[in-house]
Amino acid sequence: MAAAAAEQLRESFSTGRTRPAAWREAQLRGVLRMATEMETEICDALHADLAKPRTESYVQEISQVKSSCKFALKNLKKWMKPQKVSAGVLTFPSTARIAAEPLGVVLVISAWNYPFLLSVDPVIGAIAAGNAVVLKPSEIAPATSALLADLLPRFVDGSCIKVAEGGVPETTALLEQKWGKIFYTGNGKVGRIVLSLAAKHLTPVVLELGGKCPVVVDSNVDAHVAAKRIAVGKWGCNNGQACVAPDFIITTNSFAPKLVESLEKVLLKFYGKDPLQSPDLSQIVNSNHFNRLSRLMDEEMVSDKVVFGGQRDELQLKISPTLLLDVPLDSAIMKEEIFGPLLPIITVDKIHESFALINSMTKPLAAYLFTKDSTLQDQFENGISAGATIINDTSIHLTNLHLPFGGVGESGMGAYHGTFSFEAFSHKKAILARCFIGETKARYPPYTPEKLKIVKGVLKGNLLAMIQAISGCPRGA
Amino acid sequence: MAVAELGETVSELRQAYESGRTRSLAWRQAQLRGLLRLLKEQQETAFEALHEDLGKHRAEAYRDEVGLLMKSANVALRQLGKWMTPEKVWVPLVAFPATGQIVPEPLGVILIFACWNVPLGLSLEPLIGAIAAGNAVALKPSELSPCTAKFLAENVGKYMDAAAVKVVQGGPEVGEQLMEHRWDKVLFTGSPRVGRAVMAAASKHLTPVALELGGKCPCIFDMMSSARELQIAVNRIVGAKWSCCAGQACLAIDYLLVEERYLPVLLKVLKSTMKRFFSDADAMARIVNARHFQRLSNLLKDKEVAPSILHGGSMDAENLYIEPTILLNPPLDSAIMTEEIFGPLLPIITLKKIEDSIAFVRTMPKPLALYAFTGDAKLRRRIVEETSSGSVTFNDAVVQYAIDALPFGGVGQSGSGQYHGKYSFEMFSHKKAVMKRGYLIELTLRYPPWNERKIALMRHLYRFDYFGFVLCFLGLRR
Repeated sequence: MAAAAAEQLRESFSTGRTRPAAWREAQLRGVLRMATEMETEICDALHADLAKPRTESYVQEISQVKSSCKFALKNLKKWMKPQKVSAGVLTFPSTARIAAEPLGVVLVISAWNYPFLLSVDPVIGAIAAGNAVVLKPSEIAPATSALLADLLPRFVDGSCIKVAEGGVPETTALLEQKWGKIFYTGNGKVGRIVLSLAAKHLTPVVLELGGKCPVVVDSNVDAHVAAKRIAVGKWGCNNGQACVAPDFIITTNSFAPKLVESLEKVLLKFYGKDPLQSPDLSQIVNSNHFNRLSRLMDEEMVSDKVVFGGQRDELQLKISPTLLLDVPLDSAIMKEEIFGPLLPIITVDKIHESFALINSMTKPLAAYLFTKDSTLQDQFENGISAGATIINDTSIHLTNLHLPFGGVGESGMGAYHGTFSFEAFSHKKAILARCFIGETKARYPPYTPEKLKIVKGVLKGNLLAMIQAISGCPRGA
Repeated sequence: MAVAELGETVSELRQAYESGRTRSLAWRQAQLRGLLRLLKEQQETAFEALHEDLGKHRAEAYRDEVGLLMKSANVALRQLGKWMTPEKVWVPLVAFPATGQIVPEPLGVILIFACWNVPLGLSLEPLIGAIAAGNAVALKPSELSPCTAKFLAENVGKYMDAAAVKVVQGGPEVGEQLMEHRWDKVLFTGSPRVGRAVMAAASKHLTPVALELGGKCPCIFDMMSSARELQIAVNRIVGAKWSCCAGQACLAIDYLLVEERYLPVLLKVLKSTMKRFFSDADAMARIVNARHFQRLSNLLKDKEVAPSILHGGSMDAENLYIEPTILLNPPLDSAIMTEEIFGPLLPIITLKKIEDSIAFVRTMPKPLALYAFTGDAKLRRRIVEETSSGSVTFNDAVVQYAIDALPFGGVGQSGSGQYHGKYSFEMFSHKKAVMKRGYLIELTLRYPPWNERKIALMRHLYRFDYFGFVLCFLGLRR
C-alpha cells in the first residue's frame, strides 16, 4: 500500500501539475480555508486526543498554521523566482542563476503532541516548494489523525497530497520507499531509525527532535515576570509535552526560594487550587506516558524533592504542575527528556556554573536565559549551542517565521518555518549560461608553459591574463 | 592507523574544539593563510604527487585543483567577516521590545572523506569551508591516491593548527572505524554505494551527512549555428571529458545525445579535435589503478557493446592508459549505459529530434550536472523546467565548478548538500535562532486562565490587526 501510494504520487508529480504557482497557491488557500472553516472540529479532535484547552489549540496550532499559509502565499512568487548571481570573471562572459525546484515526492511524519500543527506546517512547506506529499500523522493522536485523513482531501488536491494513517508497521513500510525527502518530527530513537532507512535510498532528511531545554534564571530579574513566562512556556504548552518546553531550571542557591515562591503563586493563579480540575491544563497523552512520568517522579532519590504539586489522576490521565528542588543529576528525570509537567530546579552557587552543566548534556532544541546582565547574555549566546537561544522568554521564537526552527546535534538536523520551509523541500539548482563570444584556448591541451601562465593569471584575477585568455591566446596552439 | 590511535586523534580534535580557539576570526584567518602558503610553497611537490597518483599534467593539476583552491581560500579570507556576522530578522510589534537574529555557529568536529580523482581539491575545498565556519576537522584522503594522501599528511599539520586539523590515512577499514565515532557533520565525496554505508553508519549518532556523489552527466548537443561555434563547442566537450582526469570526474560528460542527422558533422570535428589535443600521451591522465582499468576494459569488451566502438578503444594495461574512445549507440541496458562510466569512454546516443533528449534524461537517475549546447531558448527553458540535476550548464561543461556564487552539489542519487563559496561556510555551520526580549511590556493575555475574550484579542494580534486589537481591548469590538 505504501509502495502504491508512493508510485501514484510519483506519476502525479511527473505530469508537472504541482509546479505552477497557481496550483501551489490553490493548495495553500485550501489549507487556510480548512484551518478557518473547521476550527471547531480541529479543536474538538485536539481535545479528544489531549484534553487540549481551546486557547492552546487556537493560538498554538490553528493560528500558527494560518500564519504559515499566509506567509507562504505572500512570498511564493519571490521564492519561485530564480536568483541571479554574479558569475564572476572566470567564465566571462556568462550569466549565472540559482533556481529552486521541487524534490519530487516527499514524506512528512508527524508527532502526537501538536498533531495538527506538526502535520500541516511541514506540508505547507512541501506544497509551496511544488512537491507531492504523503503525510503520516501520529497514531498516538488518533482523533486528529482521522480528522486530517478526512479533511485534507476535501480541501486540497488529493492526487498529489495524501494522508496515510497507521502505526509502526505502516510507518516502516512508508520509510522503505524512495522519497525526495523525509521530514520527521519526534524522538531521537526513532530519528535514528528514520536516518538509517533513508540511507538505503540516499534520501535527505530533516529531523525535528527534542532534548532537555534548560532555563537559566539569574537573580537580577523580576521573579514574578520570569515565573509567568516560564510557566506559560512549560504548562501552557500542552502541559509540558512540547519539544521546546522548558525542561529544567538552573538558578542560584540564593534566588531559588524566591523563584519557587513566584512559580507557586503563578501556578495558583493560572490553574487554581485544584489544577487537576482546571480546563486550561492538557492531559498526559496516554497511560504509557503517564506511567513514564510517574516513574520519573517516584524514583527513590527524587520523590522527596517534590516541593509543589505532584497530584495525579490516573483515570483522567492528568498530572498537576510539579516543582522539584535539587534532584540528583544522575537521576532519570535529569537524564531523559521529561516531556511532561515536572519541572526540576537545580541550584548552583554562581550562575556561570550553569554553562558547564548545560554543556555536559546533549545540544537541546532551545536554551533559555533570564537575565538583565548583557555580558551574561553574550556569554550564553556564544557558549551554549542549541537549536535556538532565547533571552528573557520561552518558546516564542516559534511564532517568528523569519527565524529558522530546528535542532542541532541530538536535537535534530535541518530547519523549517517561513522561507526555511520552502528551502527544506527544494533543490537549489545552479544554472550557468555561456556563449561563444570568447574562446579560452589556454584551457586545453596540448599544455604549454605559456598556457599555464595565462591560466594562473586568470585564476588569480589578473586582468591582463583574462584579456589574453578570452582573446584566444596563446596563438597557434 | 591503529584503533586506539584513531580514538586519540578524535578526542584531541574534540578537545581542540572545546577549548574554544577555533571560534575566533583570527584563528580561522590564520588557517586559511596557512593553507595558501602551503599551496604556494609546496606547489611543485603537489604537482609531483598528483602526477604520481594519476599521471595528471601540471597544467590540469593547477587548473582543476591548486589554482582553484587558492582562489577559494582567498574568497573565504575576504568574505569571512561577512559570513560570520549575524543576520538581523524582523520581529513583530507584538513582541516589542525584542530583537531577532540568526547567528551562525560551528557544528564542532567535522570529518571529510575525499575521493581519489581530484584528491587535493576534494580534501581542501571542503576543509576551507569547515575551517571558515570555525570547526576542528579530520581529513581522510583516499588511499587510492596515496602520494597525495601522504602529501597532505606531511604538510597540513605544518602549515595549520595541528591539534585542530588532522589528516588520517588509510583504507576502507579506517573509514569504518572513523564512522564508529560521533562527528558533528560528515562530508563524503565518492560513490553512491559507499555513500549509503556512510549515511547508515552516521545514523547511529544522528550525525548529519552531506554526500557528493556522481551519476551519468549527460550532454545534449544541438545544432550549432556556425562552424566556429561548432569547433568551440567541441573544444569544450573534449576538454570536459578527456581533459578532466581522463573522464574520471563526477562532473565529466558521461554520454552525449545528438540528432542522428547531425552526427557525421559532429564526429568529424570531435575526431580532429581529439587528435589535436591528445597528440602527446602526456596530456591525458591515466586510469587510477588496475581495478578501475579492468572495470573500464570490461565495459568495452561487453559483447553487445564492442561493435559500437567507433573511435579509439586501444588499451595499455601496463601503463594504465586507455585511448580516448567514442562509441555509437551501445545498448541502453548495457553496463556502459547504466553505470557511471568514470573513464575516457564517450557513448553517443542518436535521437530523431533533439527534444527527445529531455525524455531520455528523465529515465535516468538525477545526475550531478546536465550540459546542453544549444541556442534554442525554448529548449533551454524546457531543459531547466523538465529535468532535475545538481546543476545545468549551457554551452560549456565543468566550468561551473569554479564559480563561488553557485552552489555545488547533487540531488537525488547524485547526492545531498551543497558547497563552494559561502555555501561551504553554511554547510559546516548551524544557523542558531536568537531572540531577546525585555521586561518593559507584559502582555497578560498570553497567560491562563483563558477565556473567550483573551482568544478574541489574540485573533486580532495574530493577524497583526493592531487597530482591531485596541478596539477589542477597549470592549468596542468582539
